[in-house]
Amino acid sequence: MIIKEISNLLDCTVLCCEEHLGSDVHTACGSDMMSDVLAYVKDQAVLLTGLLNPQVVRTAEMMDIICIVFVRGKIPDQTVIGLAEEKGIVILSTKARMYEACGILYESGLRGGANV
Amino acid sequence: MSIVQKYAISGDDFSRAGEASSAIKNKLKQMGFSPEVIRNVSIAAYEGEINAVIHANGGEITVTVEPEAISIVISDTGGGIPDIGLAMQEGYTTASDNIRALGFGAGMGLPNMKKYADEFDIQSEVGKGTVITMKIYAKR
Repeated sequence: MIIKEISNLLDCTVLCCEEHLGSDVHTACGSDMMSDVLAYVKDQAVLLTGLLNPQVVRTAEMMDIICIVFVRGKIPDQTVIGLAEEKGIVILSTKARMYEACGILYESGLRGGANV
Repeated sequence: MSIVQKYAISGDDFSRAGEASSAIKNKLKQMGFSPEVIRNVSIAAYEGEINAVIHANGGEITVTVEPEAISIVISDTGGGIPDIGLAMQEGYTTASDNIRALGFGAGMGLPNMKKYADEFDIQSEVGKGTVITMKIYAKR
């Protein structure tokens, strides 16, 4: 699935790195705990979160996560967006809640990727 | 040939935590290590950096890059860990609710470091500080 499809499925606002909307995403994870995100490596993943601080972008950077979706209509401040821009990480914002957003993507074929 | 680089971990600004790990990641990318090796080093260094900020008011990361392995030493002069066995258990944490609200303090930091490093050692003395030494093999 490409990031553009995620954006369409979740009716997102694109906050930065629009030029990467054509990039392929293979897996996804949804969490507000960054240490949990760091525990499982996923390949070319998207991260869904309700957490808004710069550490979300840092976590994505370390994990090679290529897109972050902020749920529940949350918009991060300019520091967070600027950092993502610098790292080439697409930032999306959706009005959907975490459970809903994950469900929509899962149903559309985007699986979790980590071994349970 | 080995390259040694030191980075200070600032303890007073949580929003800047990760800057050292980011610099390490960029350096390794320039040197042409594989994405998997770079990711393992980055995650291990980042978790260590976050821990030093949360628990020890900062510290220092020393990275030694050699063709066959990358070593990371994270040292601080914080309060130390009274029971290392307990601290290594997944889910055990002494972090405050404040830290958890920032997305960390789930008790996964040390277990994650051990998981991503090929070699892991932790030495700690109460009242003196903690030194974590990790080695990641470069499977190039």
